[in-house]
Order: sequence, then structure tokens, then C-alpha cells
Amino acid sequence: MVVQDMPHGTLPLLYTFHFYLFGIIAIVSALLFVTRKSPVAAALWLVNTMFSLAALYVMLDAQFIGVIQVLVYAGAIMVVFLFVIMLLNLGQGVVGDARGLGWKLIAGAVGVALLAQIFALTRSRTPVNLTLPAGYTAQQVERTGAITPIAGPLFNEYLLAFEVTSVLLLAAIVGAVVLGKQRGEGDAG
Amino acid sequence: MIALALDAFVQAATQANGLEHLPPPPSGGAWFLATVVKLLLTFTIYMIGVMMVIWLERRVCAFIQDRRGPNRVGPHGLLQSVADGVKNIMKEETYPSQAYLPLFVLAPVMSFIPALLTWSVIPYGAPWDSQWGTIDTALAPMPIGFLFILAIGSLGVYGIVLAGWSSNNKYSLLGGLRSSAQMISYEIAMGMSTIPVLILAGNVSLDRIVSQQGGWGLHWNAINCTIAWFIFMIAAFAETNRLPFDLPEAESELVAGYHSEYSAMKFSMFFIAEYANMMTASALMATLFFGGWDIPFTMWDNVAPHTLLKTLVTFAFFWVKIMVFVFIYIWVRWTLPRFRYDQLMALGWKFMLPTALTYIVVIAGATLGLEFAGFHPDSWQFAVAMLVINLVLTGILFGLIDRGRLISPSYSRLDKRDLAKLRRARFDRARFEPATSEGGAD
Repeated sequence: MVVQDMPHGTLPLLYTFHFYLFGIIAIVSALLFVTRKSPVAAALWLVNTMFSLAALYVMLDAQFIGVIQVLVYAGAIMVVFLFVIMLLNLGQGVVGDARGLGWKLIAGAVGVALLAQIFALTRSRTPVNLTLPAGYTAQQVERTGAITPIAGPLFNEYLLAFEVTSVLLLAAIVGAVVLGKQRGEGDAG
Repeated sequence: MIALALDAFVQAATQANGLEHLPPPPSGGAWFLATVVKLLLTFTIYMIGVMMVIWLERRVCAFIQDRRGPNRVGPHGLLQSVADGVKNIMKEETYPSQAYLPLFVLAPVMSFIPALLTWSVIPYGAPWDSQWGTIDTALAPMPIGFLFILAIGSLGVYGIVLAGWSSNNKYSLLGGLRSSAQMISYEIAMGMSTIPVLILAGNVSLDRIVSQQGGWGLHWNAINCTIAWFIFMIAAFAETNRLPFDLPEAESELVAGYHSEYSAMKFSMFFIAEYANMMTASALMATLFFGGWDIPFTMWDNVAPHTLLKTLVTFAFFWVKIMVFVFIYIWVRWTLPRFRYDQLMALGWKFMLPTALTYIVVIAGATLGLEFAGFHPDSWQFAVAMLVINLVLTGILFGLIDRGRLISPSYSRLDKRDLAKLRRARFDRARFEPATSEGGAD
């Protein structure tokens, strides 16, 4: 919301400070998430990453996305992750990486490629038809409330895609139940 | 005559429902100062409130059990919580040798902070139209206030789950597992039960939700969507792990559940967190369903000169509402026994979730129908129509609530015929078996 008063391209000091603060927290947490041996600690570092991402979304005036990030990822998915980790009692034991050197090299190469892509994208100019004027989102939120800009297109223009996605999720749930049932029967018999 | 009076009432109720446009909030130094003052006030009042609620719980419990309760420290034992706090700080902190220490220490904090964070968005009084600009009573009046509450509320489970896991104790772990299953289940019902409120308010900002309920008290969501409030209240009990949903710390089964291994101030933190959560849930119920800071039967608090006096009076009124709900919490705790685990899950998934979903459809349909018929949600006719619909629905729902059908009773795992067979078998054994087995062993 502060951004709209500033000339294009410059940002207030506080904004820059917070951007780097949350950016650094996100990256450090992500690194810790990958390197921790204990699955519970790794999961918690991932939660921390989600939080800093949510903060970055809020700084982009996308409060709705930020809150959904916390609600869905940190509040629901990661809790279920923890639940499963505890149920399987992976505990503090060290789970060794079963994959060999080849896989690690491939993973590293993919990571480097993605990093290069991000650098290339930040260097190039964003096409004009993909950008919004500065402070546009903030004005929109001020005028219609925080979720109307998302809910409107979602339930009018893209309703079909939205519904198809829900059918996809339903299919996944049914599939999971079917698989679970099959194994249960095998065990019993 | 009556028609005239009714007409006057209707005129008053129809006009200026909610707040008219206010000047913008202060900027710069005034904003900063106001925020710091609000921060300190909220925190202080909240913490003292938690202490008083702990005292209240013990006194009410004693009253219900026909005892006296704490009555030695200070007048009527009011300072008992202070004494307990000092005691807990002085005590030795114990750490189980096999615990995962970083999380063991972090868990009490993580269970306490979400309850506190929620208070940053709740408007706890009418805005004050001061000479520096309109000062909102909420610390951070966000446009997504309600979603923020849901998001923060969903984090409350971490403290309990991590405490259970990091203690490296079977009972603690079982408590943590139960808690995560319970809170995920009831969170869904809770979220769904609030959708009708959002439909009526047409926005997710808490300011809007409160101002939509403003006026004579006819637009309170407890009247407009009664069943949603009913479900929300049950889910709030489950979310705060209060009896009859205190399975994570069921002392007759799990020692003390997730906080078995905690002592001194770390245990105290869990204790404080429980009461903090209780007050937060009460504040949410007051905000979402009982008009927030709105004073019923008068328009005085909703109309123009927004003086400091109005802010203070509405603030006091908001706290009265919170205390009523806190009292209900305590009352229920010392009245009802604990659910069994499968009953808990059946209640959450088979009863509350379908009811909440059906209710969303009913309320959305009723709102649409009434708007087609020309009644705006702010009009009194709309509120009365909703009241009638809700009375009928509540009647149907309470008529349907039957322990044998919706919530499985204690013999639910067995078919009625099997149960009869079992009873017969026991009877037969008692009759025919010779008295050789001298008991004791089994």
C-alpha cells in the first residue's frame, strides 16, 4: 500500500528492508529444510519457509494469497505431514538418503538450471500486457474488499476449470481410498 | 397505535445500519503512538484477563462441586494466580533425558502465540473519531481479518503436537496424535460454519462483519444463522481442547497427555495457553455471532459522533460478551463427561460437517430468495425472515439429535442382535459354569 505513492522503480527503505529480511529467512529455512536429518525438524523449517513466503505475498498486496499460504500449507498440509511422520514413528532416527550419486548430480543440475532461469527472467523486461500499474492491487482491495478480485474471475470466467479441478481432487481422494482398501483386504486374507 | 410504534421502530432500524463513512486513520507519528498504546493495552488487558479467568474457573468449579475454591490469597482469592505464577517461576525446570530439546522448549511458546496473535485483528470497540483521524480499535484492521483468524487458528495445533512428540513419551505422543486428528477434523467444521456469516456480511473484513450486525441487535448473526453459531461453538470447544473434547490430555487414560513431561513455567505456559485460547474463541464468537462491540436495543453506539466515551462503553460491552462465553466454557467443563475417541470423530465428520455444509446451502438459498423478493440484507424484514427460518431449522435439528442415530453410543461397534447374543452368553455362562474359576486372575 505504501508503494503507490512512490515513483516507479523506487521503493521505500522499510519495504526493501522487509523484502530482504523475509527473503533471507525463506532461503535459509529452505536450505535448513533440505539439510536436516530429523524429519520433524525438516518439516518445521518448511513451515517457516511458508511463513516468509506468506509475508512476501502480503508485501505484494496479495493478502489473500498470503493468508491462504499459511492456512493451507502451514495450517493443514504440514500438520498432516507431521501427523504421518509421528504415526510412522520416523522419530529422531537418521533416515539415510537411499539414492546414489547419479541422482544427486541430476538434482543439482536441475537446481542450477532453475537458478539460471530465475536470473535470466529478472534480467529481461516483463511484457507490458502482463504488468499492472503500481498500486493497482491496493486500490482494488480498497474498493471491493480483499477477495473479490480473485473470487470474481474464479467463479465467473474460469468456473469450468475450477469445477474440473475439484473433480480431479475428488478422483485423487477416491483413488487413495481404493488403494487403501485393497491393501487392507490383502492383509486380512 | 401499535402499528405506529412498530413503524417508528422499523424506520429507526432500517436507517443507518452500520457505520457511515469515517475520516481516514491518522498518519505518521500519531498512527505510531496509537498503535503502541493499543498494543500495550491489548496485551495487558489480555494477560490480566487470562489470570482472572483461571481464578474464575477454579471458583466456578468449586461452586459447582460444592466447595469453596481458592479464597486465601487476596480478597476472595483473587491473587491466587499471581501466587501460582511466582511459584511456577521459582520451581526447577526438568528436562527428560531422551527429549528432543529444541522442540521441547519451543512447544509451549508455539501453543501460546497463536492465541495471542488472533487478537491483533479483532475490533474490540467502536472506532474513535479523534482529532488526529479515525482510530480503529483493532490493532491491525486487515481487509482479510477473518481469514487471518482462520489461518492463525490452524497453527494452534503445532504446540500440542510438538510437545507430544518431543517429550519422547508414549502417553505424550498419543496425546499429540489425538490432538492433531481432533483439531484438523473440527477446524473444517469450524471453517464451514462461518461461511453463512461471510455470505451475510458479503466481505471477510471483521469491520464489515461487525458493522453488518450493528443497529438494534436484530441483525446479530446468532439470530440470522443460529445453527452456524451452534456448530461454531462446539468446534471452538474442540479447538481449545476443553472438556468434553479434552482427549489430548485425558488424565484417566494418558496421565496428562501432551504435557506429561512438562514442569514449572513450561507447564504454566500450556495452562495459560489453554485459557488464552478460551478467551480468543469467546471473542471470536462475540465478534462473528453476537455483533462484536455492538450494544443491542439501541442505535446510540452505531451513529455519528464517535466519541471516546462510545469507544470505552462498547469496549466494556464487548468484554461482558466475552465473559459470558467464558463462563459457558467453564460451566460445560464441569458438567459434561469426555467423549470417546470414535464418538468424537463421528460427531465431527458425520454430524457437524454435513450439517454445516447443508446450512451453507440453506442460508445462501434463503439470502438469494429474499433478495429476489426485494428484501435487502440490511432491512428488518430480512432479519425477521431469517429468524423464522432459523427457528424452524433449529427445531428440526434438535428434534433429530438422537444419540443412537447421529452420534454413536458406547455400544455402537456392535449390532443390536450381537449385543443381545453377548448378554445372553454371559447370562448362560454364569448359570451353567461350575464355580471352579476362583476369580481374581481375570
